[in-house]
This record gives sequence, C-alpha cells and structure tokens, in this order.
Amino acid sequence: MHQQYIRAASIAGLMFALMVSALNVQAAPNGRSLYENNCSSCHGIDGKGGVGVPLSLPSFLNSVPDSYLEKTIRYGRPGRVMPPYPTLSDAQIKSIVGHLRSFADGEVPASLDVLVRGDIKRGKKLYGQNCSSCHGVNGEGGKGTGVTFSRPRDLPVIAPAINNSGFLLAATDSMIKRTLINGREGTPMISFIKAGLKEKDIDDIVSYVRSFEKATPKTNRVVSRSESPVLIYDSQSDLKTTVANLKNAAAAENFRIIRVQDLENGLVKKGTESNREVIVYFCNFETLNKVLAVDPRVGLFLPCRATVVEREGKVQVMSINPRYLSAMYNNDELDKFCDEMYEIYTNIIEEAIL
Amino acid sequence: MRNLFAVILLVIVSNVSLASESEGLIIHRSTQTFPEAMLALQTSIGEHGYTVSRVQRVDIGLTKSGYKTDKYRIVFFGKSNEIRAVKQSQPQLIPYLPLKIVIFSENNETLLVASNMTQFAVLAKQDGTKILLERWNNDIHSIFSDVK
Repeated sequence: MHQQYIRAASIAGLMFALMVSALNVQAAPNGRSLYENNCSSCHGIDGKGGVGVPLSLPSFLNSVPDSYLEKTIRYGRPGRVMPPYPTLSDAQIKSIVGHLRSFADGEVPASLDVLVRGDIKRGKKLYGQNCSSCHGVNGEGGKGTGVTFSRPRDLPVIAPAINNSGFLLAATDSMIKRTLINGREGTPMISFIKAGLKEKDIDDIVSYVRSFEKATPKTNRVVSRSESPVLIYDSQSDLKTTVANLKNAAAAENFRIIRVQDLENGLVKKGTESNREVIVYFCNFETLNKVLAVDPRVGLFLPCRATVVEREGKVQVMSINPRYLSAMYNNDELDKFCDEMYEIYTNIIEEAIL
Repeated sequence: MRNLFAVILLVIVSNVSLASESEGLIIHRSTQTFPEAMLALQTSIGEHGYTVSRVQRVDIGLTKSGYKTDKYRIVFFGKSNEIRAVKQSQPQLIPYLPLKIVIFSENNETLLVASNMTQFAVLAKQDGTKILLERWNNDIHSIFSDVK
C-alpha cells in the first residue's frame, strides 16, 4: 500500500513538473524572468552593467531601436564576450527587449534604416581625428569587458567594437548617425554636432564605419574547440625529480612558485593524502593583472598549475590546455593571452620532463 | 523509484535554475555583498556533501604585488571518494580536479563563475564518469541557486 502511494505521488509529481515545463514553452514569455536567467549575470539585475555593458542608461535605450537589441541578443558579438542566443524564440527575445525598455522612460526610436551615403575616404580621416582614441584605429573597440567594477579602469564604459560583425549586423546607418549626433549622456560618447562637426562630416564617418563590414576580422574559436582539454607529457625522470624540474622550469619563465601540494590536500585527513599526484602552482602577477583586465571571469585558469602524476612507475605531467578553455569566453583578446600561455605551459613542461 | 525521483528533480531544476550557461561557463550574479555571498557559497558547498579544500586569495597576491583589485577568490572543493575514484580511473581529468568556483566582487554584488563540467565528458572513457560529471554540473547550479 505504502509503495503504491509513493508511486502514485511520484507520477503526480512528474506530471506537475512536465506541466510546469510545458507552460514555460507555451505561455507568453516572461521578459523579466528570461532577462534574469540569461542576461543579468553579466549586465546586472538592474541593467547597470558588470562584465557586460550597462543597458539601463536612458541615453542608450532612447537611441537604439528594438531591432538593434533583438539582433544583438540573437547574434551576439563574435569574439567580444556577448554570446549569441540561437535557441531563444523571437517571442522570447522580444519579451527580453520589452523588459529592457522598462529600465528607462522615453521614446523608442523607430527602426528606420535609411542608407547613409558619405565619402568613405574623408570619413576615415574624420574617424581617425574623432573616434579612434576610444574605438580603436580599426574600430576594434576598447580593451576589457563591460564596466566591470572589480578592477580599476580608464573609461567608465568600454567603447564598443564597431568593426564587429555582430554590431554591424544589428546597427543601422540611422542609429549610428543618431548616436554621433546626440552622443550618449553618462558615457564618454559626446555629441559630435556640439563638438563642431557638420552633418556631412557625420555621414562620412557613418559610411566609413559601414565599410568595416568588408574587413571584419574572423575569430579563431573553431580552432580552439578542436584542441584537447588537457596537455599530457611523459616524463623521463621519477616523480620527485620531475617536481623539482617543474619548479625550476616555471621559475625560469619568470613565474613565482606559490604552492606545491598533493592533489588530495584538504580533502582527506592530513597525513593520509596520496603522494602520487603532486600539484605545482605558479604565478606571474604582472601577467595575471593584465589577463584579469581583459576578462575578470578568467579565474577558472587560476592559479597556473601543472600536476605530476605517477602510475605504475610511469610519470606524467598534466595541465589544462589554455587554448581549449579560451573558447568558452568568446573573447578574442583573451585568445591571444591563451596562445601565449599555451606556449609557456608547453615550454615549462617540456623543460621539466627532459 | 529512485530514478523516477531523479527525473522529477531534473525537470524541476531545469525550470528554476537562475544561473546562465553558455556552453562551457556557468555564471551567476548574487545581489549579496562579497562576504555574505562567500559565506553562503561555502555553506551550500558543505550542505551538498562537498569539502572545501582551499580558498585561493588571488586579490591578496595581486595587492601584495602592487596591483589594485577588489575581492577575488577561488574556492576549491570536492568529495574525497569521488576525486579518488576519478583520478584512478580517468587520470586525464586530474588537471580539472578538485572542482573550483571563482567568486569576485562587483561593486555591492558578487559574481560566481564555474566550468560546465559536462564539457569534459570527451575525456571520460566510462559512462559512470559521464554521469558523475553531469551530477557535478547539476550540483554547481544548485549551489549557485543557494547563493541568491
């Protein structure tokens, strides 16, 4: 009887769970809930920004049409942290945009897409004089992510990469022109009309920015995903010698040895740890500081470490593969660091196993 | 019967999890300050049956070296029996053991980041390890849900 009762209760529970699941699919999407689940970890619950750029600034929301926000969510910014959301339905994306609109009062600009025809050559010159100091010589944007508060930064808001294929897909000429004319209050983006440019100058800059479409850089993400998650090398020496070699090799690459410990340290009673897996932790704080400025989420790589493992007399040195992990971050700047770190890891380990 | 409960739990968890996950990363924002979130994190890790083996104070190392940073820590944790079993049967997973959660201050809020452990299933040669990676992933989501 008791078993039957439990079975009936379980089936009822399963039915309820499936109903909840089905309702999530069929009911009108809840923009706030979708925003909190998909966006708030980077952009903040109130849209004030963090790892992601701030979304609640009235000067931002009142200058971008819904289509810009919708396409940004759908396609993201390749290589610039913001991921694409290919699995969200159009209705779900529209409901998220609806929630974003609740962050600020004001009129929503129409999704007008009037093609701006300016002089690209002249626009390039004007861009160099007025825009490149923040947006980069080739429109590559500022360094770092969003407005992250965890570290000191030069600008209150990171300048967007306006050469990014995601940006160019989402932003219309009209939107770029409007932003240049009005600026964005609360950010370093000023009104260039007030700064003395004429409408013709602005048209030329818009056309130059649009020309980035033909030279948009590709990311190396696909290559990264083909990498193995781990680097494993056989050592010619015994475990103790390999650990000593590893420490010397890391020091030779300007890393400070911060800790040598057994893998089980802290997990089992002291004195009962297996001593056949020894971790060597090392760090270069100057490099660490630079990498954290590029992406504050990078702690999953930290501290740098290699593990010496002994199995049946055979000794191996293992480490994470920075190139594999960098693919998780959708951050081209970080990819460059990870390529460097890959070289450093392999140098250190190859030196240690000889 | 136990499997039925597991299915129910999985369906419910998949509907209420608040952490965002984009392929390899699980990111969660807590509206608590760093000390509150850190306490909640370590408490929840313990309540899920794991042991915190170490907390790496990255911010202290950076500050001592002359760099400015807000609170930035890495919490290492695991279950000794699981770690022992995996490192014996699947040593290629060793570089990702013990498990870790990055926790750092973002003004008056706190950000938590972890790896989606299921991505390392490509290294696992046994189905049992793949199931374990799945459970670790679910536990990380559940722990993040506790750090409101």
